[in-house]
Amino acid sequence: MPRRLLRDGRVVIDDWAYLAETEDAGSAAVRDPVATGLILTFDQWLADKAKWLGTAGRLGVVLSPAHKVEQLAPDLAHLQLIGAEFSGPSEGRGYTQGRLLRERYGWNGELRAVGYVRRDQLFFLARCGFNSFELPDSEIDSAGSAFSTFSAEYQPSNDAGLALKLQRR
Amino acid sequence: MYRYDLTDRTLVRERVAQFRDQTRRFLAGSLSEEEFRHLRLRNGLYIQRHAPMLRVAIPYGLLSSTQLRMLAGIARRYDRGYGHFTTRQNIQYNWPKLETVPDILADLAEVEMHAIQTSGNCIRNITSDHLAGVTLHELEDPRPWCEIIRQWSSFHPEFTYLPRKFKIAVTGAPQDRAASLVHDVGVHIVRGPNGEPGFEILAGGGLGRTPIIGQVVREFLPREHLLTYLEAILRVYNLEGRRDNLTKARIKILVRSLGIEEFTRRVEAEWELLRDQGPRVDEAQIARMRGFFNPPAYLKLPNCEPDLGKETAFRAWYRYNTAAHKVPGYRAVFISLKKPDMPPGDATDAQMELIADLADRHSFGEVRVTHTQNLLLADVEQSKAYELWQALAGAGLATPNIGTLTDMICCPGLDFCSLANAGSIDVAKLINDRFDDYDYLYDLGELEVKMSGCMNACGHHHVGHIGILGVDKGGQEWYQITIGGAAGADASLGTVIGPSVAKADVPETIARLLAVYVDHRQPDERFLDTVRRIGVKPFKERVYAAPAAA
Repeated sequence: MPRRLLRDGRVVIDDWAYLAETEDAGSAAVRDPVATGLILTFDQWLADKAKWLGTAGRLGVVLSPAHKVEQLAPDLAHLQLIGAEFSGPSEGRGYTQGRLLRERYGWNGELRAVGYVRRDQLFFLARCGFNSFELPDSEIDSAGSAFSTFSAEYQPSNDAGLALKLQRR
Repeated sequence: MYRYDLTDRTLVRERVAQFRDQTRRFLAGSLSEEEFRHLRLRNGLYIQRHAPMLRVAIPYGLLSSTQLRMLAGIARRYDRGYGHFTTRQNIQYNWPKLETVPDILADLAEVEMHAIQTSGNCIRNITSDHLAGVTLHELEDPRPWCEIIRQWSSFHPEFTYLPRKFKIAVTGAPQDRAASLVHDVGVHIVRGPNGEPGFEILAGGGLGRTPIIGQVVREFLPREHLLTYLEAILRVYNLEGRRDNLTKARIKILVRSLGIEEFTRRVEAEWELLRDQGPRVDEAQIARMRGFFNPPAYLKLPNCEPDLGKETAFRAWYRYNTAAHKVPGYRAVFISLKKPDMPPGDATDAQMELIADLADRHSFGEVRVTHTQNLLLADVEQSKAYELWQALAGAGLATPNIGTLTDMICCPGLDFCSLANAGSIDVAKLINDRFDDYDYLYDLGELEVKMSGCMNACGHHHVGHIGILGVDKGGQEWYQITIGGAAGADASLGTVIGPSVAKADVPETIARLLAVYVDHRQPDERFLDTVRRIGVKPFKERVYAAPAAA
């Protein structure tokens, strides 16, 4: 089954594959390695940066909660996607990673929430700059309404306008 | 007091709708127990020993009479006719039904109240000095700042999934009545080297399993930077705080493991990058917020002491249950929720409604909740004190014990709480039964007794002059006693006097501690100061000298 995800407020078929998924003969990455971006863990990326930079196609890196955004900062120009992993329902470091990427490091590409991601987190995630979300397939069709859970906010808009843009769609 | 604008109203109503939907999804089975737990906790809803417990926020302890009437009505309609006021100035209902909670929240929203972030690993209710705005020697009323922090911290997208709960207290007077030194962050209004307004910022205080007194992170922060500085502290904590062990996840453990210098260095480094990007508090915002807390229309009155010629009971009440007011002719009046036959901090629906009426009649329609689990009418004309006393006494609300031994702080304990190891309410009852001689209580003077039913320390036992901690010993309820703790500007942690004692022996143990104090005290010396002067040893010797149940 191709993976569906919520990106910029729409349900789409994922055009990215994780490295482990490329070993699956039926995967999109194998059928069309150029059109399908390759997502690496931060450790995979660090282990052989030169090799990955030599491959054709788009590259993405997923940070685990303990990774520091500043460690990835020098590489941003080579990437088209950054993911932050949520290890469970109480994990919260990704919210800070998202804000830092958008606000401090000027990241304009896809910012994806992966791992434990549920509709009740979407409003906060979007406000921290995330624009794509790997939700359980059972939630994905109804989750879009979560972006408009609240129509007002107390904090100044720090989300590069993304959450607001999503709400207007 | 602060009044909601369109943004506040919108957010609170949308929160009700969100929680109603989450509850529906849970009851329909599309959210698991575990998934719902994370959601309901951020909305003040615990599943307790008997039923859910709903904690409603009372921002910095300030209520209008209308709000208090609503709290009374909720107690009557959805609970068993009472509520429990907490050390963090909130109210808890112990018997609501899960499926009625969205309706309770909708009722609360009608009077500009909510249960947002009253539990869970997020920024909790902002607490403050219950005498804010009326106490003498106050540098500045802290409540406008509390409200600024309340708004900033509500639904903060970055800080809603912290490693652990996060409590902030703000004070504006030299006397610390908000226990700010045992909060995750303490904000003290101070003046800078040239008299400019700002804050002293402390971090890393807390009670629970590992009690620690907060330390200064910044001696002076210009006031416009308050929110960015808090963001810097929260960001360092969110990224660096431990998430692998719940008992080591509070900011106090991070501050202790890094050391205050290194913690401060990281906060300052983060703040340097954040200070010009984040929200700056401007003069217009400060002025607007202050406008909500303008002094009420005080009359020009002479200072008169109304107790002359009145009966002893009134004079005792006036002396112990009222406090000085900065405006001549006025007093701040404590409403004791420590009647000997009531669980400490509890008020019935009828009592709340009476207090709301009395607030309208005598105190500009406002009521405050104190950190010590009492209520307060802050602006009472001295000449009306006798009339007010009569009304309170008729409802069991004039127990003249504020600041004395029986003005105990007490958690709900084993009777309600699923975390507790031992009862607290029944121990409070035993203590009340033993110490019912007011002449003796008054002779003992200022004495803070604080009791928790478990290590989580909701009853602040570590910072009680006498602290009582319930422990489970082979299925029996036992109590560990500490002395010498304090929560004010001179905060200190109590010292354990020795092995824990059986429930029935708690009153005798306290009696012996007090006997040592009476033997050793110097003129006008408080129990706390005697302990500090002579140390724990004489107390320990007396308590364990002979079988307690003599």
